[in-house]
Amino acid sequence: MEKILEIEDLHVHFTTYGGTVQAVRGVSLYLNKGETLAIVGESGSGKSVTSNSIMQLIPSPPGKIVKGSIQFKGRDLVQTSKKEMRAIRGVDISMIFQDPMTALNPTLTVGDQLTEGLKQHTSISADSAKQKAMDMLRLVGIAEPDNRFKQYPHQFSGGMRQRIVIAMALICEPDLLIADEPTTALDVTIQAQIMELFSEIQEKTGVSIILVTHDLGVVARVADRVAVMYGGKIVETGDKDAIFYNPQHPYTIGLLHSVPRLDMQEAVLQPIDGTPPDLFAPPQGCPFTARCAHAMQVCANVYPPATNLSASHQVECWLQDARATRAASLMKR
Amino acid sequence: MAIYLIRRFLIMIATIFVIATMTFILMHSIPGNPFTTQDRSTSEAVQENLNAHYHLDEPMLTQYGIWLKSLVTFDFGPSIKQPTETVNDLLSRGFPISAELGMWTIMIALLSGITLGVLAALKHNGMIDYIAMTLAVLGISVPNFILATLLIQQLAVNLQLLPAATWSSPMHMIMPIIALATGPTAIIARLTRSSMLEVLTQDYIKTARAKGLSPAKIVIKHALRNALMPVVTILGTLVAAILTGTFVIERIFAIPGMGKYFVESINNRDYPVIMGTTVFYSAFLIFMLFLVDIVYSILDPRIKLHKKGGS
Amino acid sequence: MERLNRPIETAVQQIPDEWFQPIEKDLNKAEEVSRPSLSFYKDAWIRLKKNRLAVTGLFFLIVLILAAIFAPILSPYSISEGALRNQNLAPTAAHWFGTDSLGRDVFTRLWYGARVSLFVGIAAALIDFFIGIIYGGIAGYKGGRIDSTMMRIIEVLYGLPHLLVVILLLVVMGPSLFTIIIALTITGWIGMARIVRGQVMQLRNYEYVLASKTLGASTARIIRRNLLPNTMGPIIVQITLTVPSAIFAEAFLSFLGLGIQAPNASWGSMANDGLSAILSGDWWLLFFPALFISLTMFAFNVLGDGLRDAFDPKLRR
Repeated sequence: MEKILEIEDLHVHFTTYGGTVQAVRGVSLYLNKGETLAIVGESGSGKSVTSNSIMQLIPSPPGKIVKGSIQFKGRDLVQTSKKEMRAIRGVDISMIFQDPMTALNPTLTVGDQLTEGLKQHTSISADSAKQKAMDMLRLVGIAEPDNRFKQYPHQFSGGMRQRIVIAMALICEPDLLIADEPTTALDVTIQAQIMELFSEIQEKTGVSIILVTHDLGVVARVADRVAVMYGGKIVETGDKDAIFYNPQHPYTIGLLHSVPRLDMQEAVLQPIDGTPPDLFAPPQGCPFTARCAHAMQVCANVYPPATNLSASHQVECWLQDARATRAASLMKR
Repeated sequence: MAIYLIRRFLIMIATIFVIATMTFILMHSIPGNPFTTQDRSTSEAVQENLNAHYHLDEPMLTQYGIWLKSLVTFDFGPSIKQPTETVNDLLSRGFPISAELGMWTIMIALLSGITLGVLAALKHNGMIDYIAMTLAVLGISVPNFILATLLIQQLAVNLQLLPAATWSSPMHMIMPIIALATGPTAIIARLTRSSMLEVLTQDYIKTARAKGLSPAKIVIKHALRNALMPVVTILGTLVAAILTGTFVIERIFAIPGMGKYFVESINNRDYPVIMGTTVFYSAFLIFMLFLVDIVYSILDPRIKLHKKGGS
Repeated sequence: MERLNRPIETAVQQIPDEWFQPIEKDLNKAEEVSRPSLSFYKDAWIRLKKNRLAVTGLFFLIVLILAAIFAPILSPYSISEGALRNQNLAPTAAHWFGTDSLGRDVFTRLWYGARVSLFVGIAAALIDFFIGIIYGGIAGYKGGRIDSTMMRIIEVLYGLPHLLVVILLLVVMGPSLFTIIIALTITGWIGMARIVRGQVMQLRNYEYVLASKTLGASTARIIRRNLLPNTMGPIIVQITLTVPSAIFAEAFLSFLGLGIQAPNASWGSMANDGLSAILSGDWWLLFFPALFISLTMFAFNVLGDGLRDAFDPKLRR
């Protein structure tokens, strides 16, 4: 399959007065054309920083990509000039942010905000831009686009606004759509509708999607592949089925156990005890050691190498090592 | 929107009523009625004028009614110290000059303050930011009458670049406007900077960047408009500050505006002029606040649904 | 299981086998936050200390207040008596800041003036603070009809031109230290009340308030113990910024002849006296009071800005 995006050994640091935060510490991942990759992790795991890095939208200062490359359509986005990057943003790669209530400018009409990207990147006439915008509004399921076009964001509900944000992101027909927690701020019923919309749109337009989320329910619904992030690193990655039915990293397992599921006998939810690591001074070993029930002495001292479980399923955990005696007990499930 | 404006209008009327009543009560609480116990210089003619205008022999409540009526009909009565003049004469002579000074001041303050503030925000923590904000704090810290005196001493007396006083040519207007505009410029620059910095972190700015818009477009179309909202809200207060500033500036530069008459009336205890000018100026300022509210509600589409005043 | 063939491989092989024993550990330890958490004020203080300008301002103000207290006691000169043969002397070793038209020592008068100006500023700010916190606290906490009535009153009063009302009051009451402070506070508390109310409104629905309510704490106790400490940030900033505006107002009133009356001195009245002298070349009569007014206002402004940044929860990390 054709790879549309490939990130290699990405490191992102933030310099604050309290010290340097190593938010992303060597992330590598790829995305195939037309597929949906979910990046999963709790807040502070580096998943949003990773997705913002693709767009070169890390606030700088204090943020900086200190190492690594991001290959997209034959060029390295890390090395791309600001001007070239602007021509890529919105056209080749679009991005949707978490809160639709704040993602739209309150003082401009929805129509203006929908068409401005189009007008910026193409020499389209105002009329056809409007026509195109209305088509997009229809596509994302907004009734009466004629009237809606002239309205301001505050006249829409949260779910509607997210639909508009999606329409805005898709209007230039990008190859890649990055959605950063697109449903977190929405009601559960609306969440389902929006995820449904993502699937529909992917079917119609063939856009590749990177979905950044902490919500495994969302992942189960739409993702093809999953990358689990913890402490600025990808600890496990694989096809959706592999991650859901054959998770290998204790963190992935913990994550799955902390989500209610209908198909499981035990109704007890198990939260993951403890708090995420301090990325001001990241541990030299596995960042999950302090919270891991299977931690060994090696975990605290050396970061585990990657283990390939299948062509697409990789995990970075010492329990994969033959010397780890307790590995067996973890496997049963 | 209509309801909001009606509400603001009623509040405006109430505020004017409060200041009118307060003025009346305060003036009548001065020991010995200031309108009847004048010193020798008060002529018979003036006393008759005063009696005719204020009906000083009538009961207090009637006088109060007459006072309110004179406000509505815009007739503030005679001056004590200048028997041939009425307060209206002074107002119609002085106000246009003060208004000219005020208009120039606010325009220059807005233009330079917003420019400085935006530049400082865009170069956050850079050299421009540091210099602009240090200048701004200095601008706030130096009282305008001190600045005015320094300007006269340096530019008019020492260097002989500009005329020191009066209001007869554009050259005469430069120093008073600088003296008066520096403080408001500094306030606007600081406010613009902080609200611009806040707006630049908003999600819709990130969205605009994600669309690949040019930096200029992001700043002008998406950021500036939102960042200027707080500036609009303090415009009313700024007009008030500039207006009271004209009192001292006009006196220092011997500009024959309203402020000069007002300060003279304070020094002379010319009570009718004090009363009339206070109420006139207050009404003017309150009306400006009302105008600012209207402008704000036009600029911010959300105001039509939400009531302001919550925060 | 297939292994990746990387240089790290050899290093991995060298790890001793004992390291692969599971470690018994107390999971509760994982709850410990690795960095010490700081109290609100401590954190604010640490961040204020990093702001060099604000610290300079604070230091200047402390020195100023101490000098205002002690300098007049130490000075050999009197505030009101001067030697007429010493009129309008430029600064010398005997008279550091020169003398005025009555032969009085400017340096000495400046410190008396500092007492008055600082007293006016601080007293006005504190009185504003007490009225504002009571009014705003009640409005914000009670909410509903009481709040909207109280806020309607504030809206009406807010439109009043501050300095005009102050002038009017002083014309009637006559200028003195006491009446100036009264006049300044009659209009000054409104800003504080609005800020307090806004803060209380934000906080009053927080869960810990509900918690103390269920435990049967009285309204007064909730306001005092829970709400006030959390609303202090913006309020402290407001106090810091009220002081210079009161100092400015006093100077402005002195200029109109409504300030402190002779033989007492404030910076404003001294600057006003100096205004006319400057054209005859006696620059020190204006320069020193003007310098002190400006420096003090500058110090309060940068300190207020620094405090605002230090208290800003968005900047906390």
